[in-house]
Amino acid sequence: MSGSCGRIPPPFPDNEDQEAESDTRVLDSDEDDDDEGEDIFTGARSNPITPTSAPDECDIFSEEGSYIRSDVHHATNGLHPDEEELDLFTEATVELTLTNTTSQGRREIIGPTASACNTTQVPNSILKPSIVTKTTEELEEEESGDQFELNIAVTNPEKIGDGMNAYMSYKVSTQTTLPMFLNKTFSVRRRFSDFLGLYEKISAKHSLLGCIIPPPPQKSVVGMTKVKVGKEDSSSAEFVEKRRAALERLTNSSDAVNKMTIKMNESDNWFESKLQEVENEEQLLRRLHAAVDSLVNHRKELCSNTAVFSKSVAMLGSVEENSALSRALSQLAEVEDKMEQLHQQQAFSDFFILAELLADYIRLLGAVRCCFEQRMKVWQRLQEAQSTLQKKREAEAKLLWANKPEKLQQAKDDINEWESKVSQCERDFERVTCTVRKELLRFEKEKARDFKQHIVKYLESLLHTQHRLVKCWEAFLPEAKAIA
Amino acid sequence: MTGPYSCCSCIVFVHSVSVDLNNDASLVIDIPDALCERDKVKFTVHTKTTLSSFQKPEYSVQRQHEDFIWLHDTIVETEEYAGLIIPPAPPKPDFEGPREKMHKLGEGESSMTKEEYAKMKQELEAEYLAVFKKTVQVHEVFLQRLSSHPMFRKDRNFQIFLEYDQDLTVRRKNAKEMFGGFFKNMVKSADEVLISGVKEVDEFFEQEKNFLLDYSSKIKDATAKAEKMTRSHKNVADDYNHISGALNNIAADNNTAFKKHLEKCAEVFEKLRVSISKVEDRMASDQELKLTELLRYYTRDIQAAKDLLYRRARALADYENSNKALDKARLKGKDVAQAEENQKQCLQKFDKLSESGKKELTSFKARRVVAFRKNLIEMTELEIKHAKNSVSLLQGSIEVLKSN
Repeated sequence: MSGSCGRIPPPFPDNEDQEAESDTRVLDSDEDDDDEGEDIFTGARSNPITPTSAPDECDIFSEEGSYIRSDVHHATNGLHPDEEELDLFTEATVELTLTNTTSQGRREIIGPTASACNTTQVPNSILKPSIVTKTTEELEEEESGDQFELNIAVTNPEKIGDGMNAYMSYKVSTQTTLPMFLNKTFSVRRRFSDFLGLYEKISAKHSLLGCIIPPPPQKSVVGMTKVKVGKEDSSSAEFVEKRRAALERLTNSSDAVNKMTIKMNESDNWFESKLQEVENEEQLLRRLHAAVDSLVNHRKELCSNTAVFSKSVAMLGSVEENSALSRALSQLAEVEDKMEQLHQQQAFSDFFILAELLADYIRLLGAVRCCFEQRMKVWQRLQEAQSTLQKKREAEAKLLWANKPEKLQQAKDDINEWESKVSQCERDFERVTCTVRKELLRFEKEKARDFKQHIVKYLESLLHTQHRLVKCWEAFLPEAKAIA
Repeated sequence: MTGPYSCCSCIVFVHSVSVDLNNDASLVIDIPDALCERDKVKFTVHTKTTLSSFQKPEYSVQRQHEDFIWLHDTIVETEEYAGLIIPPAPPKPDFEGPREKMHKLGEGESSMTKEEYAKMKQELEAEYLAVFKKTVQVHEVFLQRLSSHPMFRKDRNFQIFLEYDQDLTVRRKNAKEMFGGFFKNMVKSADEVLISGVKEVDEFFEQEKNFLLDYSSKIKDATAKAEKMTRSHKNVADDYNHISGALNNIAADNNTAFKKHLEKCAEVFEKLRVSISKVEDRMASDQELKLTELLRYYTRDIQAAKDLLYRRARALADYENSNKALDKARLKGKDVAQAEENQKQCLQKFDKLSESGKKELTSFKARRVVAFRKNLIEMTELEIKHAKNSVSLLQGSIEVLKSN
């Protein structure tokens, strides 16, 4: 992640040759559907390809084959460098070659009507520093989200360029809590054809699986032409606005977006569902605890009422003139007294076995939730570190172009420092995640077993009480029968 | 006496709280059936008789609680029966508890789950049944006391009560107008003071007086404490119901960390709910029915005995007054014959009351002892049965839980 110094940042979309080619695309695909190679993301493999790759590497491109960009940074997104798991968009990373051949090749694929375009050679000096170095990948990753928060806004339509080469560039701003993104908010500029390309890729990969892919807005030559020509009338503004809104809807459509998940998100799903379970359980245990509390209180009442009754019966027995009945009544008083003691003991069991157990569990579950929170905090630290590293890298890049070598060393030092911080944070996070997971599983197993054991213990105490009750009453029965 | 009862589709069996009062086959009364229509309870009074004074050998009539009260009051007002312990009137059927619960049930229906609602409904029905049992029992015993007494069974109004196939409402109204409950009210006030103030010559009555006064206060106290105890017991049973329900929820819920380990426990916990809480509830109800009801009844009966003493004390006071009047008359030399007559009558009345009173009080003693014996035995046997039942259920549940 930290060693790709030889990378060439992808040039901005608004360069000459692109313009020309996009033009072609725009004009051509009037008649076509959006199936032809209009995306900027071809199915290049994730291996970064150097700008000097030969044209015969066309075969590594997808059938849509358009110009390729150098594949950079895809490995730096997300936390799992395992490239096999990266999704559609990594594949779709376009590698841009700055040779003429590829653009020509591209032209060929476009079709017979391509001739109308005015294709210029792709100059070699496309190397422009991009302010946002991770544009491509970011957009790709943007679209591949999961049920974490992902808000995308398409704003600021801007006309770039002039005449028939002009196009509208939209600012795509993403705000996300998805862990796979390095930044929480970022934005890039994209043009309509980029969106179409994205749609292509999503369709290709997922429509076969039966996913609903929301279609992109219609291309409209007339509308676009008006815009290009520069007519600042309301209809063109309206067109632009419509398109902007449609693009926003497209990127925010959760169906298509949700389908793109990567392994890491599965792990987060696990945590998410576990947290749900824990919260749910806490609820249920609280209710049980309340019921047990009520029992403890009522049992105490029963105790005292029985004691009082016992005394009252004793008094009655002392007044009773019939001696046998009098004796029986005093015996009854004793039975009731014994029962009071039994109730008392049972109340202890109620409390210590059951109520305290439940209170403990509820506290434990609270601790479990804290664990989850801790993990989130570590994650946030990681995010912040990555963000800072990003900024440092940008600063370095700026310095490179601004040609201030004296400050360069400082910048490099900064980068190194933050790179190691990021690694540390990543390690921390991995560790925390692992620990929390293990602990939770252990908790489940042990505590559930524990819970059941305690219930059994409580039932045994009840059983014991009932046994004693039987004995008490059986002792009294002859006394009652002896009344004459 | 046992018999089936129906209450809005429930069948109830009742054990009488008093002794077996129907051992004289010449007049056998029971309440085999009762209907509850909102506030009013309609008892079916069934009579079987071999006595010629009755029109038919067997018949049934419908009677309301107010009819019983009317019968009681007319007997109390009857001068003839002054020397007898008049069986206490049955208390008014009190459905307040179940009615409250029903109200709560109706209000909370929307916020409860189906299971909770069904459970509460069950509880409500059980409580309703218990109240019903009690009230039928107490009305039946009242009639049986009358039928087993040599004097009361011959009472004209009693016969009307048993036989008259129409509504007694009209008759009731007339009676109220006639008597106005005057005497009854008189008896209630200051009887204790009067009784204790009287100078007693008769040893028997002296003892009885002391005993009854003392016993009366103690049994009242015992009744109140028994009621409190029973209520607590029922609360505990109720709590077990909720606990098992909550345990059941935990075991049955799929979205908890415990789910894997408590899967098989859901059934056990449901069974527990049935076993523990139901058994506790039955223990509480049976204790109430046998012991608390017994105490309640005898509190009333003791009061009836005290009323007899009061009437005798009044008769004694009348006699003493008549003596004084006679002396005065003799002194004055006026109305001597009248005063003599008066005195003779007072003495007669007093003697009569004393004689029958003695008999009554003696038989009351015996009756009380027998009733206590019967009920204490029955209660003990029931408690043993329930406790043993609980033991086996708990054992079963523990085994199942341990084996999982």
